[in-house]
Amino acid sequence: METILLFIAAAIVTCLTYLWRNQITEKPWLTAGAIEDDASGVSDEIDPAARTGLMVFLAVVTSVFALFISAYFLRMELNDWRPLPEPGLLWVNTLLLFIGSFGMQAAWNAARREDKRGIQNGLLIAGAFTLAFIGGQLWAWQLLSDSGYFVYSNPANAFFFVFTGLHAIHLLGGLWVWLTTTHRLWSGAHLETVGLRVELCKTYWHYLLIVWLVLFALLLST
Amino acid sequence: MAYVPIADRGQEMSHPHSWVTKYVWSQDHKVIAIQYSITAIAVGVVAMVLSGLMRLQLGFPDTFSFIDPNQYYQFVTMHGMIMVIYLLTALFLGGFGNYLIPLMCGARDMVFPYMNMLSYWVYLLSVLILMASFFVPGGPTGAGWTLYPPQAIAQGTPGIGAGILLMLISLGVFIVAFTMGGLNYVTTVLQARTHGMTLMRMPLSVWGIFTATVLGLLAFPALLVSAIMMTLDNLIGTSFFMPAMVSMGELNEHEGGSPVLFQHLFWFFGHPEVYIVALPAFGIVSDLISTHARKNIFGYRMMVWAIVGIGALSFIVWAHHMYVSGMNPYFGFFFATTTLIIAVPTAIKVYNWVLTLWRGNLQLNVPMLFAIGFIFTFTHGGLTGLFLGNVVVDLPLSDTYFVVGHFHMVMGVSPVLVLFGAIYHWFPKITGKMFSETLGKWHFWLTLLGTYSIYLPMHYLGFLGVPRRYFAFDGTDFIPASAEAANVSITVAALIVAATQILFFINVIYSLFYGKKADPNPWGATTLEWQTPQNPPEHGNWGDELPRVYRWAYDYSVPGAKQDFIPQNVPPEAVEKAE
Repeated sequence: METILLFIAAAIVTCLTYLWRNQITEKPWLTAGAIEDDASGVSDEIDPAARTGLMVFLAVVTSVFALFISAYFLRMELNDWRPLPEPGLLWVNTLLLFIGSFGMQAAWNAARREDKRGIQNGLLIAGAFTLAFIGGQLWAWQLLSDSGYFVYSNPANAFFFVFTGLHAIHLLGGLWVWLTTTHRLWSGAHLETVGLRVELCKTYWHYLLIVWLVLFALLLST
Repeated sequence: MAYVPIADRGQEMSHPHSWVTKYVWSQDHKVIAIQYSITAIAVGVVAMVLSGLMRLQLGFPDTFSFIDPNQYYQFVTMHGMIMVIYLLTALFLGGFGNYLIPLMCGARDMVFPYMNMLSYWVYLLSVLILMASFFVPGGPTGAGWTLYPPQAIAQGTPGIGAGILLMLISLGVFIVAFTMGGLNYVTTVLQARTHGMTLMRMPLSVWGIFTATVLGLLAFPALLVSAIMMTLDNLIGTSFFMPAMVSMGELNEHEGGSPVLFQHLFWFFGHPEVYIVALPAFGIVSDLISTHARKNIFGYRMMVWAIVGIGALSFIVWAHHMYVSGMNPYFGFFFATTTLIIAVPTAIKVYNWVLTLWRGNLQLNVPMLFAIGFIFTFTHGGLTGLFLGNVVVDLPLSDTYFVVGHFHMVMGVSPVLVLFGAIYHWFPKITGKMFSETLGKWHFWLTLLGTYSIYLPMHYLGFLGVPRRYFAFDGTDFIPASAEAANVSITVAALIVAATQILFFINVIYSLFYGKKADPNPWGATTLEWQTPQNPPEHGNWGDELPRVYRWAYDYSVPGAKQDFIPQNVPPEAVEKAE
């Protein structure tokens, strides 16, 4: 359970730092009166709500993956564990996801320049390569099954399928937002309204790239 | 584009026009709160009926032929799961969280109203899936609310076909719903508070609900992860949790799985869950006590720190539910220590409630009675927790009625008393009508004394060694006749308490239609929800302009002020001086 405990410790430290910076030591019964410069009550925080919402959501997703990784380590200690050979295809897939994440970054850079064509190109690259990544993962599943590594034949296999499947489901959720954003962009929505969506997509894609790198490293090293 | 704080944005809300968008597909946090509450209470009534059936069997064995051992286990399982998750979690966070957070923080609504609406409908879906399991072949699962493998999906346990599958799916769907709601509650508290509402000016209700939501967002994934893995074990034959074993004379298809792994994951969710239910109760009861004692809450800062501290500690005590599973003695020592440390912030809270009452101008109305009742039941339940937190005491008591008495006192009766207190307290705001004090007092006294008559004797049964989870005690010579007499008396008390709840429903429904029109602030409370321009508040809550906050939430009986309360939105220069 070390992995999840490390994550929970990090989450608690983050929360406590936030509270500390927001005067959790204040004595409110002594300070009646108006408070200057306290936009929406959060004096030093000017982020739109959607950005905060995404950060909280990413914390939830991290909790899910950290728990699966904890379970992986605990289950690995039992003596029926037989590691499976990771298909070399996963390296190609990793490159594809890298390019997808790069495409999102390019779209966001273009959004800051208010360059509509740039956003469109970036989003297209991101979407195409992410779909290719998911296709590649499915192909990896097929390769494993063909060589007799079924999901139920060993817990190591089961974890491989669960990790990759869960990660792909999160990417599919991201692709839904990507689809609506692309649709809006092509149907002539104002750049400002698309900008925030592109930014959130960029954060989400980078996050899922990091999650994949952690999972891949874990699978390779065990 | 320059960022405009939410509190400074104009009213961009599109008000609903049709009955359907106003009351069914509503995005108004107050309507969603009521939808959540009605659903949770309805499913809670189902769970209460199940507990009545269980008590009938235990009090009068061999009398009711329609209850067989399989059904008994199904009742136990569904009662536990419904009460903990689908009633308490949903009612505190989905119900009161939704109603109170925007109003108490001075916001027009949650920050993501559409997702808030989805949250309710997905929650309703999870409830319907769970209820559907009563009607499938084999019935609902009878694995116990902890759903421990291997028996949860092994031959011989009731409901191992569709029952357990529907339970796992329903839990997954519930977690999706909770996450959508939880993102809203956290983000609204962080981003949509009105001018002047610093964190340390928030009422403790908001602090409790906020911290519990953070706990839920981090802890519910553990339940999701274990539900996913158990579904895979069940459906496609993986061996995450399922060991190789001979079941009903046949070798099963699994090998090497670890049931203890499930227990770790389950309780990593299960223990924070206790505080997901308790922290909102702590917060709300603080506000009830302060308001009705006409006195500021004693030690506000300590109360906030204790809520946050309990929340953090709740993640490192989970294995105290697993002493009987066997563990390294050093681990047992560690988890016993952390468990007992939680008593410190919890005791601080109890002392502060009592010190708030001390020399207060106590208004013994219905919400206050429930709040004071909570202090009793929670202290009793908490003290038995100190017994069970110790490994050597837990081992002999763990499988007895002592544990049943303990957790029903601490996370059954106590939060439910707070819920009733809270419903009576905010009833005039939610409905604009007053309830009947007389009926409310009858409801309180019968419920409090009745629940004590149920759960106090259970501690005695536990000391006698009466095992929990048993359908009947035939052939157990060590159980004396007095235990059987106690079981009869507990059953009678349980039926009386169950019947008493009818008074509550009569009171709520009658008052809703025929109750006296309520004053906008009948209790003389300081918090923002009592200062809305309309009563009950309309969509958007605040009319044209958001309130500004000038003080904390507990300015009661301030020396030199004319009234015995100063609302949070009254500036210092506008306070009327006493003559």
